[in-house]
Amino acid sequence: MDAILAQLLNGLDKGGAYALIALGLTLVFGTLGVVNFAHGALFMLGAFCAVSFRYLITLETVTVDPTQTTAWGTALEVRTPLAQTWFGDWGAVLIDWSVPLSILLAIPVMLLVGIVMERGLIKHFYKRPHAEQILVTFGLAIVLQEIVKAIFGPNPISQAMPSALRGATDVGALIGLAPGALTYPLWRLIYFLFSAGVIAAVFAFLRFTTFGMVVRAGMADRETVGLLGINIDRRFTIMFGLAAVVAGLAGVMYTPLLPPNYHQGMDFLVLSFVVVVVGGMGSLPGAVAAGFLLGILQSFASMNQIKSIIPGIDQIIIYLTAVVILLVRPRGLFGRRGMMEN
Amino acid sequence: MALFQLSRRDALILALFALVVVTMPVWTAPFGANYPGLMQKFAIYAIFAIGFNILFGLTGYLSFGHAAFLGVGSYTAVWSFKLLTMDALPALLLAVLVSGLFALVIGFLSLRRSGIYFSILTLAFAQMSYNLAYSVLTPITNGETSLQLTMQDPRVIDLAFSERGVGLPTASLFGVTLSGLSGFYFCAVVLLIAFFFAQKVFASPFGMMLRGIKSNQMRMSYTGFNTRPYALTAFVISGMYAGLAGALLAVTDPLAGAERMQWTASGEVVLMTILGGVGTLIGPVMGAWLIKYFENIFSSFNEGILSRFFDFVPEPLHDTVVAISSKFVGEGWQLTLGLLFVFVVVFLPGGIMEGVRRIGALFRRRGSPPKADAMRVQPAE
Repeated sequence: MDAILAQLLNGLDKGGAYALIALGLTLVFGTLGVVNFAHGALFMLGAFCAVSFRYLITLETVTVDPTQTTAWGTALEVRTPLAQTWFGDWGAVLIDWSVPLSILLAIPVMLLVGIVMERGLIKHFYKRPHAEQILVTFGLAIVLQEIVKAIFGPNPISQAMPSALRGATDVGALIGLAPGALTYPLWRLIYFLFSAGVIAAVFAFLRFTTFGMVVRAGMADRETVGLLGINIDRRFTIMFGLAAVVAGLAGVMYTPLLPPNYHQGMDFLVLSFVVVVVGGMGSLPGAVAAGFLLGILQSFASMNQIKSIIPGIDQIIIYLTAVVILLVRPRGLFGRRGMMEN
Repeated sequence: MALFQLSRRDALILALFALVVVTMPVWTAPFGANYPGLMQKFAIYAIFAIGFNILFGLTGYLSFGHAAFLGVGSYTAVWSFKLLTMDALPALLLAVLVSGLFALVIGFLSLRRSGIYFSILTLAFAQMSYNLAYSVLTPITNGETSLQLTMQDPRVIDLAFSERGVGLPTASLFGVTLSGLSGFYFCAVVLLIAFFFAQKVFASPFGMMLRGIKSNQMRMSYTGFNTRPYALTAFVISGMYAGLAGALLAVTDPLAGAERMQWTASGEVVLMTILGGVGTLIGPVMGAWLIKYFENIFSSFNEGILSRFFDFVPEPLHDTVVAISSKFVGEGWQLTLGLLFVFVVVFLPGGIMEGVRRIGALFRRRGSPPKADAMRVQPAE
């Protein structure tokens, strides 16, 4: 029982990342009808927002202090981060919490990137076939990841999580198990809660605001909404920006779990597409449910007991699920009838 | 024999193409690309792209998992070297056979869907093969260390006739060692055969059927054709081409690694085909040559070469120009590739061949004789 619960928890944080990326992919597909292969690159850009933020606040001044000497007898170089000289002790706290704080940088940056991308390139591809949309966004993904590689180098750059959030939490005690029976890394739990929060916010935005209502109406019937005198294109552009923000946030918070490298976007993209397909193309609840479902399935498949029955299942379970779903129920778990069914 | 007949235009194109391929060591010399390793790659990836184009160019099904067949071909060929003989022919035949079977299974399942779903299904199958090759199938694929020849290989057929030599053997054809230039000419001959076969497919009623699938599959089925067997045949043929290319890679360098099956490798052949011109015969070949040339030549550029190249730029600007352009070569050549690709898809969806056609049309309008029409390239759709 404990083992099963532990695997369930293990799947949640990865599932959260899948769900967030798939949610953005589905938003873009549902509003603009574009298959965006560059969405994984947005996830990667988000992660590098965290890297840049940390880099910015850890810029240092180096002063040589002649009164102190090092073990080698030379004058000691005192390195003080600028943040610390400006804000005193608060600066150290700032650096410690750099990953969550870089959300503040990531939101405007990703919104801008998303809007520029849509207005600059993707706008011209609405009328073109899906194959060409795939190709142009694939090319864009290569360009984005190569730019990041040129700036940050090819090696992963690990990001520390805030020291207060390191370590494990006793989840078992919270739900009435014996203390210590079920512990779980705190940051993973936070990632899950964070992704759930973002998902809830996106749904609330679409559900309870006038803007969201118009967007939903536009997803159902774009032409009629346009005839009613609403500039639906502009709202869809903003939705693209929002999808970029969601992917970026997923990337920012994932950095302590996986040191960001320039090709992680591609790795997550393939999986997220599979998630979208399993959930049902164009269905937002489907994307979220399938994200968590596949995350959990993957963590169950990597249990040793299961691996000993079917070797290698942990490597292919997600793809296998997608193949089965596509062949048996092509519209996906939550897809609308007739939505891209052939 | 009707089987080997070509229309006069096709025969002319084949003859010209053969001339271009055979004289490759000569005309690549000014570009600094006339070393055998690179020319072998030119021939091999041209085969890969021609085969991919038979599927994507004719039927419009965009497969994102073709590298899986390339990998299967490589593994089969290396196993044939290890178990049977170092002769290249059995390796090629076996590789084509096995990758064809593999393509039959994957194609049968994937072709039940079309459009983006087909792309994702093929991608899923390729990623599955890649992950399995790295993990569970290690006894067959040798995992991360990649499959290679060893001194203890059985090589039943070879060793029945001769003693085990000193050192690792190289691939051969009826006793002639295939390495360097001889390896290139072997690949070139295979390329010409593959090109000829593609011409036959393009010109045949079967090819027309495939084009029909691309332009309107629904209408095809309303007229009473069951399109799936045709699409599946195209899929298997293009899988066999990929397997053949994979086997040739193993012939020129008997080593097969799983990274050949990664989805970026599948993306690369898509790039080649698009860059050259989808649905044309020559286009994919040119795309393959261009990309392989970029990869080998541009990636070897460094700041020293650039600095000499930009000598004419005045001093204050010189360092800036070199610093900026160095981001686009060497390690960063893929950035150039990505940008080029985006530009081609946006402005020239028909690839290089469409560009050639447009320039040709420009000249014709200026009152040159209508004879130039004979050089017209086959339209994509």
